Amino acid sequence: MTTGTGLALTWRKIPERYNLMGSKCDNCGESFFPSRKICPNCRRRGRIRKEKFSGKGKIYSYTLVASPPSGFELEAPYPMVIVQLDEGARVTAQLVDTAYENVKIGAPVQVVFRKIQEEGKEGLIHYGFKFKMTPGK
Amino acid sequence: MDGGGMWIAGYGAYVPRFRIAAEEITKIWGEEASRIKEGLGIAEKSVPDIDEDSATIAVEAARNAMYHAGLKDPTEIGAIFFGSESPPYAVKPAASIVAEAIQATPALTAADLEFACKAGTAGIQCVMGMCASGMIRYGMAIGSDTSQGRPGDALEYSAGAGGAAFILGGEKADAVADIKHTCSYTTDTPDFWRRPGADFPSHGGRFTGEPAYFKHVISASQMLMKETGVKAEDLDYAVFHQPNGKFPVQAAKMLGIEKGKIMPGLITPLIGNTYSAASMLGLAATLDVAKPGQRIMATSFGSGAGSDSFLIEVLDGIDAKRGRARAVKSFVDDKEYVDYGTYAKYRRKLKSL
Amino acid sequence: MRKVAIIGVGMTEFGEHWDKSFRDLTAEAGVRAMEDANLAGTKIDALYGGTMAAGRLIGQEHITALIADHMGLNPIPATRVEAACASGGVALRQGYMAVASGIHDIVVVGGAEKMTDVPVNDAAAALGGAGDQEWELFLGATFPALYALMARRHMVEYGTTEEQMAAVAVKNHLNASMNKYAHFQSKVSIETVMKSKVVSDPLKLFDCSPISDGAAAVILAPLEMARQFTDTPVEILASAQASDTLALSSRKSLTELRATKVAARKAFEQAKLAPADIDACEVHDCFTIAEIMAVEDIGFFPKGAGGKATAEGETAIGAKIPINTSGGLKGCGHPVGATGVKQAVEIAWQLRGEAENGRQVKGAEIGMTHNVGGSGATCVIHVMKRAD
Repeated sequence: MTTGTGLALTWRKIPERYNLMGSKCDNCGESFFPSRKICPNCRRRGRIRKEKFSGKGKIYSYTLVASPPSGFELEAPYPMVIVQLDEGARVTAQLVDTAYENVKIGAPVQVVFRKIQEEGKEGLIHYGFKFKMTPGK
Repeated sequence: MDGGGMWIAGYGAYVPRFRIAAEEITKIWGEEASRIKEGLGIAEKSVPDIDEDSATIAVEAARNAMYHAGLKDPTEIGAIFFGSESPPYAVKPAASIVAEAIQATPALTAADLEFACKAGTAGIQCVMGMCASGMIRYGMAIGSDTSQGRPGDALEYSAGAGGAAFILGGEKADAVADIKHTCSYTTDTPDFWRRPGADFPSHGGRFTGEPAYFKHVISASQMLMKETGVKAEDLDYAVFHQPNGKFPVQAAKMLGIEKGKIMPGLITPLIGNTYSAASMLGLAATLDVAKPGQRIMATSFGSGAGSDSFLIEVLDGIDAKRGRARAVKSFVDDKEYVDYGTYAKYRRKLKSL
Repeated sequence: MRKVAIIGVGMTEFGEHWDKSFRDLTAEAGVRAMEDANLAGTKIDALYGGTMAAGRLIGQEHITALIADHMGLNPIPATRVEAACASGGVALRQGYMAVASGIHDIVVVGGAEKMTDVPVNDAAAALGGAGDQEWELFLGATFPALYALMARRHMVEYGTTEEQMAAVAVKNHLNASMNKYAHFQSKVSIETVMKSKVVSDPLKLFDCSPISDGAAAVILAPLEMARQFTDTPVEILASAQASDTLALSSRKSLTELRATKVAARKAFEQAKLAPADIDACEVHDCFTIAEIMAVEDIGFFPKGAGGKATAEGETAIGAKIPINTSGGLKGCGHPVGATGVKQAVEIAWQLRGEAENGRQVKGAEIGMTHNVGGSGATCVIHVMKRAD
């Protein structure tokens, strides 16, 4: 049972899924991902604008998903991480190209472009962000 | 050739991390690894992860090319051509996925091209023409593939995955290399094909050699040398399409080019044949080490069949851009071996996948 | 505001009820609660039902009108409440507010979930809906993965160990073995938990609550009317609820549930009590780490000390603060919408001195329920007292 895969939803999410397009409140300076319409700190005093995140950050927490949801069976087991982006916001994502024993809190990571889900052999392919450990760090 | 913008503003590479060694494949099929490695000149090949396809590889290469070119405003890209024989969709462009992922949309033209292993260089020629005519200021040509070989077939030892993206145009003073000339040699030669819906390609075995690869590569290269007056000894480097490790060495010999001049761009022995990306990755690897003023001949080959040949002169701008994006060698060296079972899973060779 | 009491409680056995439907389960729990309150159905003024995912699990929305129908309660108003795994607890709070406000006198609050009519992966996907669908679940996270991400931070920040988490499962299985309604009737050892299959590292199968079917119901009445129906009314001293972000990545801290801290603080203020006054508490242990965080966030132990306290037996029956005498979600089972109401049923039994088979907390006078929705975006807490 795939979710988040509706055609219009996928299309609408392309800026966020492909390019980590979030938002920032110029009133309090906090960055948000996913983007928000209202700053939870400043509410109506907030000045929210779009912000593209660099895709660089550090691992804040991690796990290894051994029992995958439908649609992710071929990838399991795979690490999922919460990344603290350099701009301050955090994002949850899969970590690729990394042996799980090397995953550490604080390790630098960078965004990569991968397939997230495929709707069978005939349906849409959903692309988006994942992260990998920054080489040489 | 005349016209502006026919120079390379930057380029980017991408090769998946996983490798399968020839020994691991011969183990399954009862072949002798030494015979395969010697016969094909391929020791190991790249394997894409389960969540990688020619579009994700193209995006990674395109993003690296953007870093390398130092293009601040991606909307200056006026055209993107995605060349591949393994596109993620039969109908729906991958070029538009790349365009969105590098934020070049919406004022640009984009299309997917197919000409077996030379669709990427065909894209370079398209972009050259558009830049020269003044239609666009910058354009991007990508070769990207995650090609499949039928289990047990010789192609299984060679069909790799990788991508390269070249950005052409902009100011010549910022460019890394000038494309002095290009020409092509095309005939209807059915040496390799894949029908719609077929999982694996078919090929003509030894027929892919002399009447296909060599005839087209040699003819296009000779045409380029004749049209430019450049001789083998005038070239500092040469890059040929590399379906295996042997053919390009043989082609260089036939053209009287010293073997050493093709070695920097000969990467198929370590990552396999990356199809549309093969000659472009070879060119990228050569540019990674070339110095201003040096001359490179690059000749692609696509089954079916044709070759595009390019005479490229390295410009002073190359030094300023070195190190901005990962060099091809760093992708070749960064690897993790998988066994045949993992490879079969990643490449979905099991019938239930 | 009127004081509100629980005058009757009832529940089905929790577990895999292959032979029973959603309607069967709710009717069974409802009838048991009405019998317990010695109440005729005609006396009931309203029904509040908590269920998380009836739409995805049995394809049925509009579920409370259906329950009212099958319990023979038509034409009273029947309202569905959904707050993921806190649906039951929030339904209880809605019923409490209806009675306290004077709008209704006698209210039945039900909670139910029928989870085994779909394949396990579909049930897991439905539960995933409690998290941020677009930015967690779509990207490959599972519910265990979200709690694993919290567990990892707790381990790093406070030195909590996998063995300490396992101790939660061991205690709750032990308590469940004394509860005939519990999904699991067997005790487990630390070794069994530690050697169970990894679900989402560091959480293993025995760190996770099961997928269960079940229903629970309580009957509420104004305290001043309660003795018409029962000799053992249980007064609801406090009802508090708080919200937080759905997405874990949007939270400042992953080692506490802010909604729990806020709801607990408000509940203690309303009840004019402190954590030390609680004699028994049912907390939301969907995963073992969740119980460790809950006993800290409610205030039974300092932040970071929950794992050690559990491992040292301080949350066992007869110890400092008995936690999850029912067996909790881990041992008693977790039919999602039923859980929050079941917690109230268990605390009512504890305060009435009716908990069976050796799991009764001696002299329990004040109890607490802590029900969490999703990975902590909703928390609802009730404090209850034996009305003497």
